[in-house]
Amino acid sequence: MKHIISVLVENESGVLSRVAGLFSARGFNIESLTVAPVDDGKQSRITLVTIGNDQIVEQITKQLNKLIPVIRVANLNERAHVERELMLVKVAAEQENRAEVLRIADIFRSRVIDATTSSFIIEVTGNSRKLDACYNLLQPLGVVEMVRTGKVAMSRGEKGLEKR
Amino acid sequence: MKLTGAEIIVKCLQELNAKTVFGYPGGSVLNIYDEIYKCDTLTHVLTRHEQGAVHAADGYARATGEVGVVLVTSGPGATNAVTGLATAHMDSIPMVCLSGQVPSALIGNDAFQEADTVGITRSCTKHNYLVKDVTQLARVIREAFYIARTGRPGPVLVDIPKDVTSNVADYEDMGGKVDIPSYKPKVRGHRRQIARAYDYLVRAERPMIYTGGGVILANASKELATFAHIIGAPLTSTLMGLGGFPASDTQFVGMLGMHGTYEANMGVSRCDLLIAIGARFDDRVTGKIDEFAPDAKIIHIDVDPTSISKNVTVDLPVVGDIKHVLKELNHQLENSEFDKQKQDYTAWWSEIDAWRKRDCLAFPQSDDVIQPQYVIQQLHELTKGESILVTDVGQHQMWAAQYYPQEAPRRWLTSGGLGTMGYGLPAAMGAKMAFPDEPVVLVSGEGSFQMNIQEMATLMQYNLPIKIAIINNNFLGMVRQWQEFFYESRYAESDMTFTPDFIKLAQAYSATGFRASKPSEVGPTIKKALETEGTVIMDFRVNREANVYPMVPAGAALNQMILL
Repeated sequence: MKHIISVLVENESGVLSRVAGLFSARGFNIESLTVAPVDDGKQSRITLVTIGNDQIVEQITKQLNKLIPVIRVANLNERAHVERELMLVKVAAEQENRAEVLRIADIFRSRVIDATTSSFIIEVTGNSRKLDACYNLLQPLGVVEMVRTGKVAMSRGEKGLEKR
Repeated sequence: MKLTGAEIIVKCLQELNAKTVFGYPGGSVLNIYDEIYKCDTLTHVLTRHEQGAVHAADGYARATGEVGVVLVTSGPGATNAVTGLATAHMDSIPMVCLSGQVPSALIGNDAFQEADTVGITRSCTKHNYLVKDVTQLARVIREAFYIARTGRPGPVLVDIPKDVTSNVADYEDMGGKVDIPSYKPKVRGHRRQIARAYDYLVRAERPMIYTGGGVILANASKELATFAHIIGAPLTSTLMGLGGFPASDTQFVGMLGMHGTYEANMGVSRCDLLIAIGARFDDRVTGKIDEFAPDAKIIHIDVDPTSISKNVTVDLPVVGDIKHVLKELNHQLENSEFDKQKQDYTAWWSEIDAWRKRDCLAFPQSDDVIQPQYVIQQLHELTKGESILVTDVGQHQMWAAQYYPQEAPRRWLTSGGLGTMGYGLPAAMGAKMAFPDEPVVLVSGEGSFQMNIQEMATLMQYNLPIKIAIINNNFLGMVRQWQEFFYESRYAESDMTFTPDFIKLAQAYSATGFRASKPSEVGPTIKKALETEGTVIMDFRVNREANVYPMVPAGAALNQMILL
């Protein structure tokens, strides 16, 4: 089963390799991982998606907590949460396809962020399934390249990860 | 007070009460060595290889309970230290390793003697640091010591570029104080969990206590003895836990696991409550995991939450420092009617006693060939069991665990988790450094001994006399045993064929060497060695194909033992 794990860490050099190294050393999977500084840059927040049964995911959260620069770990599957992902798709589109690309972009409430006479770059946000669906429709029209961020997520309601 | 980085390092070591540093100099650490040269409160031991330095600091730490300190140079100095760090990491030994690094400006340039030390040691240390700014140096060293000795202890490495050791910063003695917001190890166990443990204990009809190295690390032997005596259950220990509970106590049933006693392994397989204390259910202990303690509820007391339910699902975890948790638990047991409420263990003890009668450690004596077990027995008898006993890794290690019963903690030093051949000689040296007036005996094999044989020179230079018993079968004995059992005696590359003349080797190092080839020579050789001043190598030419029994084959259940 997929689990989304939020990890708040001290924003210091090497912390990402500690997290990634833990996963490879113990044979855990990382499906996606996003990281960026939060607050005033003293901390970073990592959102990672992993696959495993309950026992494995319990080990993953415990092992993450054991890393010295890790401040807090939360398994978002254990609570109501929202998740988003961002995708950029470059489509090579000339003449007859151009209108179709724009129509699809519109259906998914996505934005065109770059246009030339022969191409578009579409920005789509949403959950993974929406991104998959959008991509599948654009693909036959001539996708040149695609990039996705991996999930970011947070729990619903008033409580935050930073508050212990 | 403005000091250079090198001066800050020495000041910090003094502030943190470090007295002995094991190390090896080189280009990147010359500034630090220059300060050590000027300092009269630090003793530096120059080993002959960095691996020796780390094992020596490890032996020192195990024997004293203090943080072992190592200093090595960049590149090869640091990579040579890796095996020692991994050894300490697997056995949770408190240690700080300071490593030199090329100047900050050269990092990443493939400079002379550069290695990505923080990258290389990340997975074999509890934590590591690269200090790029001299103003952070003192804080990092204090944190390193704090992290090394608290929670589940372990080695911490601090990588220090050469320019950081010459740059200047303010230094103030902080008495070792640190504040690491993201690191707050749990000391006290959860009240409710401890209360629930009582309910489990009262209901158990066949309880068994299973202790590990955590008892030694937490200095909890006294609390363990109180607990065990209140409960009155049989107690078994892992290799790492030996000495945590006196072997002469009637409740002690010996070591469990792959080479555990018949009574310990049968007991664990049959008990209805297993109380695991500072042990981590290692595969060498559990055997086939699905059939480990099949009838038992499991209570697990450990300082490290990741140890709990890692290999075996635990019914009642108690996370906390073992000494604290046992104190609370004992308090609860003493202030209740546990004695009246607990079940009758008479039937349980008669089962245990029946297994004990199997006398699984009996071995056939011989008049013409020395049995290795006999050498250990004689060592035990002639040292009155009072020596600090250090081992290497292999058959001799298991025999030493089986035939040299341990009565007290921190007097049994062995590489358990990583199983590092070559650990023994430098570790014995570290123990002798810590306790110069105590007898230190190293039991080794001719294979292990040759892996760090160079440390003989260090022993002699610092006048650290130890008695070395080489159980010499001219085989990599444990490998040969597995090949005999599981590979139809095809002894692929386990026959040493040539080994040096250890008597002459001893002489080359200005030590003394004795050889025993017949059983009748064993006792007199040991006596002579113990009476001889200085370091002595005893070369015991033993039965070449003796095996360690009992043995649970890898992957078999604990009650499926091969017995002699």
